Amino acid sequence: MEQVQDRGWEPETNRSSMNTFLTLLGREIKSFFYSPIAYVVLFYFLLLSGFNFYFQISILNGYPTELSFVEVFFMPALFWFPFILSFPLITMRVYAEEFRMGTLETLSTAPVSDTQIVLAKFAGVVFFYVVLWAPSLLSFVCFKYITGHAAVFTAGSYWGTYLLLFLMGLFYISLGCLASALTKDQINAATISFTTITLLLFLGFLSDVVGVTQPTLKEMNSYISAVEHMRDFSRGIIDSRPVVWYLSMTALMTFLTLQVFQYRKWKA
Amino acid sequence: MCSTPAADAPLFRTASRERPGPAPGLSHRAMIQVENLTKRYAGVPAIQNLDFTVAKGEIVGFLGPNGAGKSTTMKILSGYLPASSGRASIAGFDVFSQSLEARRRLGYLPENTPLYTDMRVGEYLRYRARLKQVPASKVRERVGDVLELCSLRDRERSMIRDLSKGYRQRVGLADALVHDPELLILDEPTIGLDPNQIRQVRELVKNLGGKRTVLISTHILPEVEIMCSRVIVIHKGRIRASDTAGNLLKNHRALGAMRVEARVPMAAGVEALRTVPGVKDVTAEAEGEWSIFQLRLDANADPGEEISKLAREKGWDVREMTRRRATLEDVFVELTHSDH
Repeated sequence: MEQVQDRGWEPETNRSSMNTFLTLLGREIKSFFYSPIAYVVLFYFLLLSGFNFYFQISILNGYPTELSFVEVFFMPALFWFPFILSFPLITMRVYAEEFRMGTLETLSTAPVSDTQIVLAKFAGVVFFYVVLWAPSLLSFVCFKYITGHAAVFTAGSYWGTYLLLFLMGLFYISLGCLASALTKDQINAATISFTTITLLLFLGFLSDVVGVTQPTLKEMNSYISAVEHMRDFSRGIIDSRPVVWYLSMTALMTFLTLQVFQYRKWKA
Repeated sequence: MCSTPAADAPLFRTASRERPGPAPGLSHRAMIQVENLTKRYAGVPAIQNLDFTVAKGEIVGFLGPNGAGKSTTMKILSGYLPASSGRASIAGFDVFSQSLEARRRLGYLPENTPLYTDMRVGEYLRYRARLKQVPASKVRERVGDVLELCSLRDRERSMIRDLSKGYRQRVGLADALVHDPELLILDEPTIGLDPNQIRQVRELVKNLGGKRTVLISTHILPEVEIMCSRVIVIHKGRIRASDTAGNLLKNHRALGAMRVEARVPMAAGVEALRTVPGVKDVTAEAEGEWSIFQLRLDANADPGEEISKLAREKGWDVREMTRRRATLEDVFVELTHSDH
């Protein structure tokens, strides 16, 4: 074994914290695509998305409607169900694996701050989520090519829909990350995030189902109802209230994830 | 004198709050300085009021039985665990309040070497180098250097999950070295390695000392005698001894023993030997005509001369008389009796 070259003793600290963050992010994304779950999720998502596409077109063939194709695509349970299901699957391994493998120790003894770790893990999943959804735009191009009609009535619909998808993604991913940070077992994490996200979604239906008539409760419901948000956004109506709701909830969940992460590290 | 105990500190400290420069009151010459360090797990203290210093360039062995608190101390030094009270510093930087600075100067190898199994060796080391803020231009060079140093060149493209324990240990060591740290903290680096690999690690550590400081925890004692300039013995969370190996042995010559093989009946021999001043106890076993006597000696006793005089007087034939020097193992066992 040879001697290592001598160098000065000042550690080379001329890399900013952004670089560290990007390094962590790169690792998260790589490890995502190494795991088979990424491809399973991509596959079934593509499958269900394609089926939804086919199914909606055949419905539109039979029944005239004043909704645009994009609105029809994002309305039924065929969209919402795989949508909800994807979040537990893509977030469950994010922290649980580190805890289980024990690599948290090597990660924490490198000069990285906890905030960087939490944000990088979050951003890694968001990246995958974008990869999951970006190709769906192609299906709308397909629609235009096949039918000659535009999939939307206004270009704003595309912006609205995908903005909402992104925001909902941020929120539900941060929820999933929190669930993952809470347990060592991936299945537990998946269960927690699945039940929470489903609950939240169905809370939006509460006013319809239970027949609540009080205006305040109705308004509260519409504030959090993802289905109602989608109805608006897929028409191109970009309401700032859901934007604030999703962004602030994401921030809260990520903050909580940081606390849980540090708590688990410290209580060792 | 003690700084803020961890229990009072807010739940999170961000990098922006770290003070530049070494913390006041902590020595700049000592590489590691530990003052009154205590760590409790659910009220039960794992380590209590630890006080020790490691100077630059020393190779210090951290000895103790399982559960003594070695790993806990190392985890606190590496910034992974916060202490319950007391303080510790690395190169003058407090490990709690200036954690990022302390970690930059430290290369840590945890017990059981956790690694990302889904990466390749070279890939993993490059990732760790970037994470430890090695400049981009130097990353390839540094990774190449540590691959050479730890004999991992031929495994650069292997998946970590396919490596044997010995190789994983080397990857962990390479990772600890990749950013060329001033201080290395190695937690039981030779557990599970075969004797060849142990020797290689030992050579590596010896070569690293001098320019670098090494704190190595182990309970394989012969290594310690060879590698370390100083030894700290820890038991049940307290330091029992901290000295050079030579001094420890000198002060524990009480554990010396002698072995005499003489042609004399057992009982007579035992009686006679017991009369020699300095002999604490004698046990014997017979081997045909010869008897083999194991003598336990008093502190600093050296009765070799008396015994040969005795043998001459009594007319015994002596075919072997060896002084068994106290080894570090004897010191260790005496210091770490469970009834201490």
